[in-house]
Amino acid sequence: MTQLALVIDLNVCVGCHACVTSCKEWNTSGSAGTLADLRPYGKDPTGTFFNRVQTFEVGEYPNTETVHFPKSCLHCEDPPCVPVCPTGASYKRPEDGIVLVDYDKCIGCKYCAWACPYGVREIDEKRKVMTKCTLCVDRIYDEALPEAERKPACVLACPTSARLFGDVHDPGSEVSTAIRENGGYQLQPEWGTQPANQYLPRRKTRIDIHQDELVRADNPLRKETNRPSGPVEAQTLDDVTSW
Amino acid sequence: MSAAPEHVPAGSTRSETRNTTCYMCACRCGIRVTLRDGEVRYIEGNPEHPLNKGVICAKGASGIMKQVSPARLTRPLRRKPGSERGANEFEAISWEEAFSIMEERLASIRASDPKKFALFTGRDQMQALTGLFAKQFGTPNYAAHGGFCSVNMAAGMIYTIGGSFWEFGGPDLERARLFVMIGTAEDHHSNPLKIAISKFKRAGGKFISINPVRTGYSAIADEWVPIRPGTDGALLLALNHEIVQQGLYDRDFLLRYTNAAQLVNVNTGGAEEGLFVRTDDPVEDGCVEPMNKLWWDRVTDSAVLTHSEDADPRLMGSFVLDDGTPVKPAFQLLVDRLAGYTPEWAAGITGIPAERIRRLAHELGVTARDRKIELPIAWTDTWGDEHQTVTGNPVAFHAMRGLAAHSNGFHTIRALSILMTVLGTIDRPGGFRHKAPFPRPIPPCAKPPTGPEAVQPGTPLGGMPLGWPGAPEDLFVDEAGEPVRIDKAFSWEYPLAVHGLMHNVITNAWRGDPYPIDTLMIFMANMAWNSSMNTMEVRRMLNDKDEQGEYKIPFLIVCDAFQSETIAFADLVLPDTTYLERHDVMSMLDRPISEFDGPVDSVRIPVLPPRGECKPFQEVLVELGGRLHLPAFVDAQGRRKYRDYPDFIVNYETEPGSGIGFLAGWRGRGGEKFMQGEPNPNQWQMYAQNNCVFRYELPRSYQYMRNWNKGYLEWAQRHRLVRYADPVLIHLYSEVLQRFRLAAAGRREGRQPPDRLRERVATYFDPLPFYFESLEAQQTDKQRYPLNAVTQRPMAMYHSWDSQNAWLRQIHTHNYLHVNPRLGRREGFADGDWVWVESPWGRVRCLCRFSEAVEPDTVWTWNAIGKAPGAWNLTPDANESRKGFLLNHLIAEELPTADGALVSNADPVTGQAGWYDVRVRVYKAQADEPQQSHPQVATLAPVPGESSGRAPWLAYMAGKLRGGSR
Amino acid sequence: MNPAFSVIFLTTLIGAGQGLFLALFVAEMLVQFRALSAAPGTFYALGSLLAVALLGLGLLASFFHLGHPERAWRAAAMWRTSWLSREVIVLPLTMLCVAAYGLVHFLAGGAASLALGGLGVLATAALFVCTGMIYACIRFLQEWASPLTLVNFTLLGSASGFTLASAYAAWGAPALVEPFVFCAGALTLAALATRTASLMRNARLRPKTTLQSAIGVRHPRIVQQAQGFMGGSFNTREFFHGRSSQWLRGVKWLFLVLVFPVPVLLLAAGLKQDLPLALCMAFLSQYIGLIAERWFFFAQANHPQNLYYQTVG
Ligand SMILES: Nc1nc2c(c(=O)[nH]1)N[C@H]1C(S)=C(S)[C@@H](COP(=O)(O)OP(=O)(O)OC[C@H]3O[C@@H](n4cnc5c(=O)[nH]c(N)nc54)[C@H](O)[C@@H]3O)O[C@H]1N2
Ligand SMILES: Nc1nc2c(c(=O)[nH]1)N[C@H]1C(S)=C(S)[C@@H](COP(=O)(O)OP(=O)(O)OC[C@H]3O[C@@H](n4cnc5c(=O)[nH]c(N)nc54)[C@H](O)[C@@H]3O)O[C@H]1N2
Ligand code: SF4
Ligand code: SF4
Ligand code: SF4
Ligand code: SF4
Ligand code: SF4
Ligand SMILES: [Mo]
Repeated sequence: MTQLALVIDLNVCVGCHACVTSCKEWNTSGSAGTLADLRPYGKDPTGTFFNRVQTFEVGEYPNTETVHFPKSCLHCEDPPCVPVCPTGASYKRPEDGIVLVDYDKCIGCKYCAWACPYGVREIDEKRKVMTKCTLCVDRIYDEALPEAERKPACVLACPTSARLFGDVHDPGSEVSTAIRENGGYQLQPEWGTQPANQYLPRRKTRIDIHQDELVRADNPLRKETNRPSGPVEAQTLDDVTSW
Repeated sequence: MSAAPEHVPAGSTRSETRNTTCYMCACRCGIRVTLRDGEVRYIEGNPEHPLNKGVICAKGASGIMKQVSPARLTRPLRRKPGSERGANEFEAISWEEAFSIMEERLASIRASDPKKFALFTGRDQMQALTGLFAKQFGTPNYAAHGGFCSVNMAAGMIYTIGGSFWEFGGPDLERARLFVMIGTAEDHHSNPLKIAISKFKRAGGKFISINPVRTGYSAIADEWVPIRPGTDGALLLALNHEIVQQGLYDRDFLLRYTNAAQLVNVNTGGAEEGLFVRTDDPVEDGCVEPMNKLWWDRVTDSAVLTHSEDADPRLMGSFVLDDGTPVKPAFQLLVDRLAGYTPEWAAGITGIPAERIRRLAHELGVTARDRKIELPIAWTDTWGDEHQTVTGNPVAFHAMRGLAAHSNGFHTIRALSILMTVLGTIDRPGGFRHKAPFPRPIPPCAKPPTGPEAVQPGTPLGGMPLGWPGAPEDLFVDEAGEPVRIDKAFSWEYPLAVHGLMHNVITNAWRGDPYPIDTLMIFMANMAWNSSMNTMEVRRMLNDKDEQGEYKIPFLIVCDAFQSETIAFADLVLPDTTYLERHDVMSMLDRPISEFDGPVDSVRIPVLPPRGECKPFQEVLVELGGRLHLPAFVDAQGRRKYRDYPDFIVNYETEPGSGIGFLAGWRGRGGEKFMQGEPNPNQWQMYAQNNCVFRYELPRSYQYMRNWNKGYLEWAQRHRLVRYADPVLIHLYSEVLQRFRLAAAGRREGRQPPDRLRERVATYFDPLPFYFESLEAQQTDKQRYPLNAVTQRPMAMYHSWDSQNAWLRQIHTHNYLHVNPRLGRREGFADGDWVWVESPWGRVRCLCRFSEAVEPDTVWTWNAIGKAPGAWNLTPDANESRKGFLLNHLIAEELPTADGALVSNADPVTGQAGWYDVRVRVYKAQADEPQQSHPQVATLAPVPGESSGRAPWLAYMAGKLRGGSR
Repeated sequence: MNPAFSVIFLTTLIGAGQGLFLALFVAEMLVQFRALSAAPGTFYALGSLLAVALLGLGLLASFFHLGHPERAWRAAAMWRTSWLSREVIVLPLTMLCVAAYGLVHFLAGGAASLALGGLGVLATAALFVCTGMIYACIRFLQEWASPLTLVNFTLLGSASGFTLASAYAAWGAPALVEPFVFCAGALTLAALATRTASLMRNARLRPKTTLQSAIGVRHPRIVQQAQGFMGGSFNTREFFHGRSSQWLRGVKWLFLVLVFPVPVLLLAAGLKQDLPLALCMAFLSQYIGLIAERWFFFAQANHPQNLYYQTVG
């Protein structure tokens, strides 16, 4: 069984928000659109986005880590948002595991959003239906696109390629490999929702210099000294010992 | 998902896709724009583009919102007769009226005194054209944003290694093992840098960020080195100190490729002191440096001609020439200079412990030495020696405005360039790599005019408005040594102001110092707001009148695409197109998008028709050039020569028959030549067919060591990138600076600085880098103003451009002052409180946000988020104006000198604006104060031609925009 | 959570309606078992009408919660998995039973009424379960995810219904006042016990989800710097009540007073002094208190999603 998902590499995400606006751009004119913006040029502008990038600070100065944290629907394998939906508008596709909302069925009761612990569903305030990441389902199967571009808009956009896309059930896929090799993890594992999207943690590279590496025979400073130097004027052991 | 999908598959006839080049920022990525029923369906990165390879950024992906923005200007406007500047009262006029107003005014200026016309441009990408226009007009008063942007970076490095970061070169992260990023938040090479950093990290390289703040790129650094702003010079000198002390420098590289081993005259007090000792042969000519200097050969223990075969020169020591002249190798002078710059000394200044500085130096030095790269690429150096391999020391640096935007930045950047040089990392794999047309001679050949006689009525300027002085003779000053340019660039105040001083233009013109001007034309710069220092005063100056009731700056023309804060002050407003609506070139004559492996230039081709009556500024200049009969724009009969801008681009040649034009690709009748060749009538089509990019990949053996690579230099000369094929030795020791210093000391023939500037020039034109506190810090009471205040660029905003962008402004709706919680605890305010930030020059009320990712003596905010109420067609209560703020109010554009005169708040060498030098204190706002940022300015109303309905909602769907602003 | 008044009215109104119906049916049972003298058929009929009205008003209120009320019928589709869907089915069924029950009483009474009443009780009970489970089944809303949620919905709804029945009986069947008051009092006190139990439970809850597990970083000190947008979003509007903790405490004490002691005293006074007005006041107090109680119920629920939306920056 296929489970498509995103794997997000926090080790390289610089928090640029490219995934945020490219998602909005693709989806507002796509089959998930429109994604309304309220007060677009006024006070407290707000709008529907499927993907947001947040920033957290870990630790205290000077040992602070700044973590950029993108988050969209995680396409849970056991999605609590789906069974609660009274209309069946929220559903998980058996063929690829994508969790979707059928806008024609949705009554806008918001119950699914209550039932999602991750805060990734957003009511579109104009259309009054629940919206969320579609994994760009209207891109990834579009045969009119070249194979390499049948990927979510955010994945193609991401300048650091922090967003990987693929089948997490296929152990040989790029995403599964990345999870396995880099310690991929799920958010809020305590609820057993088994988010299909996973995150890769920060990894640190260090350089350790051994003292020996500083003292070397080929030190160029040696070329600058005058050798051999002249004799010492005062007495030395050379002068007074012999055996 | 809807049952009836709105999605029109990519192949549908309703949709079409076109390539062009993004301009949501200066990075210039290739984009593919898909239209549906003539509206933008989406914009994505062009996977076939060499720069961004298919990726895009937050701004680029929000390009749609730029098109639908209600802040778009759509009609030429004239200030309503009788209304005041700043009142924002305009009437729409026709283009014909606009042109005749300009024609009349400019023709009479040109016929009398061309320097009374000043043309200054902001963060644009068409300096080749604007510069040409200014030169043809005959005015010296032209520059772009470089002077207030990062000229220190350009000048500091170009005067040292013949190339620079910024748009001229960069770190080779594909091969580096250690990467040190200093004072960079986002930078121009936005997407490529992100692509590279991510690859670098994944390949296991170590990434160190030196920055008072940890956000953005620094967030993913393996090590964060917080530093006090303005003190990097001390750190870099200490790193150099430790590396030299430990012998971790690349001796072979220094000997052969730099002036380190060349002998400097150290005869104290002599006229030649500090200059290299020269032989008579070969003679010096133009801007090349012949091999006429000396080495001290350690084998024969005598002076020999530099680069003599079999010689093994000394880097250190003190010698006496046969004629009794005491000399030292330049490197010895550097070693002497570095002696006092110990890690312990630097620790006290930078706040970085000495042990850590030492460790960093060891990591740099050992990685450079022990992780050598060797590529099996044979090449020949300029002295004829053949090398079987290209080698490299895999330590790469990148730095930007964190170094540049300080008044001590030039020397800091020299110190960095020298660090990169002693590590042996210049134009080698894994280190710094040039991009065509760099490297160039040190300094490059172009020179500014040298005196007032270059400005003559009805005549083009006698020289380039901007250039690279190599000696006092190249300064643009009058008999008395006083400036000829309105911004005083190339004067003794800022001798190497190679990008001009845009930040002083308004103040100088207002004061009539050095002279009053008549017309100031501003293109793509928001000078009444975020790109000027001391913003409130500058706004007052724009509005100020003389005793006769005339504006002190009589006529102001502003060309912009949006209703910026500056529009309100204009007498004439020219509505520009957006990047999707016009032709543009990213020319080899300006700052092309070249890659490490060869020259690349690119174009924009319109994908949408202009909105309303918008007209590309390029067309305006071509039209004006014709009307004013500027020689380059008219034929022998004085008739307009070019149909339009695309026609100009194809047919203009730098001089008749030169074969050099704005575009390097597909030249020659049939497009068979490149770099040089006759105009090709089908050039645009060929760019269109090739992703709007021309790219030439150099043979592998020409791709490295280009300062000294015979093959490359000859290729570059053949293709007219450079005049000379001579090597470009690195100026570890800068004789150029020493020439100015000798003049200041009165020990040099020729031009001398005015007496009041002698000491200044003598101090700051030190041939070796030295550390000094920024000019501002030197004269600030640091007890009272204990903090440094800096700004950073947010990745999802471009300067002031994007507050009218409905998507981007949701990400940055207003800004905070980010402070370390220790400061809040000390001063008794809490996270989220309203606070005052006060500098000696003014104060600002704003909201604060606690952050553990900022050095405790530093506070920072995002740049240019704050807006004037009503500007950009936002509602007057928009967060940008009520909660957002500009740090610029706290920054002075001028500083008093000891004798009471005023100088620009700028680097004394280059005139680089010292944005990040300001010192502040922060304290809690009173509870009864308004919960609103301060200062506030008057609310602006929309101007004619702007859509007035700021709709309460917007739901964009290509092909059927719902709601919104239409 | 940010309490939605549509849902507050829905749950409190149908609770009272369900309770009222239960009271009517209890009265009929008591009459059946000869514990009481019979009440007129119109008493049941009008009482049922009142109950149906309350249920109907609740239903109406719920429509205001929907983005697309015209599609509300679709909500019956997923009864296999969704408690909300079940509620959507059971609520009209309950109304139907109660209406039929009233109608039978209005027409004739007799055995049919008992059978219908029995059905009605089943429906009412099912409705209490559905309503409670809508909240109790969301396992990460720990304040809700407890059997106490069901118990409280049931007891509070029933108590308010019996209190209303007391007042109603004072007007239509004075003989029933006494048993209704006793039941109302008993239910109120029981509800006090269980509601207090849930308050105590919630006060001791340790959130299972922390910032650490929310973003997967192990460190004791994590602070959000930016939530990714500044002008608010659905996630900040729907899940944050935006009130201070003092306000919250105030509401808690308000409902603890209005729902429990005040009605009990008023009920007692009404019974003792034969003051129908006091009985009316008792219901009014309790109902208003329940609005506060329900507001508090929502506001107190701390959604794990809130961890992601802490800082505008
Ligand atoms: N998204 C986006 N991209 C842009 C722009 C934009 O507006 N938005 N603007 C473009 C332009 S015009 C320019 S000039 C470039 C500039 O690109 P950057 O140089 O990256 O510009 P800044 O954001 O000013 O970054 C300055 C950094 O230096 C740090 N800093 C300040 N003072 C010091 C110091 O003394 N020492 C050190 N080590 N660090 C210091 C600051 O904390 C900040 O991180 O970006 C270009 N790219
Ligand atoms: N405090 C502080 N101030 C700074 C800086 C800082 O770091 N801190 N950075 C400085 C630096 S490095 C720079 S480069 C400057 C940048 O300053 P400016 O060059 O002034 O940049 P902006 O103000 O963003 O943009 C100028 C104008 O360009 C307009 N524009 C956008 N697109 C188009 C177009 O297609 N055509 C035309 N004609 N106009 C267009 C915008 O509407 C805007 O009014 O700011 C400087 N100011
Ligand atoms: S993340 Fe939330 S919306 Fe997405 S599948 Fe999981 S529970 Fe549902
Ligand atoms: S809001 Fe729509 S998708 Fe969500 S539960 Fe209600 S009907 Fe289902
Ligand atoms: S997969 Fe598509 S819908 Fe989901 S976040 Fe990415 S771009 Fe948005
Ligand atoms: S586009 Fe990539 S790097 Fe940028 S915020 Fe999104 S995931 Fe992070
Ligand atoms: S980096 Fe600049 S040029 Fe490239 S996509 Fe983003 S805005 Fe456009
Ligand atoms: Mo800049």
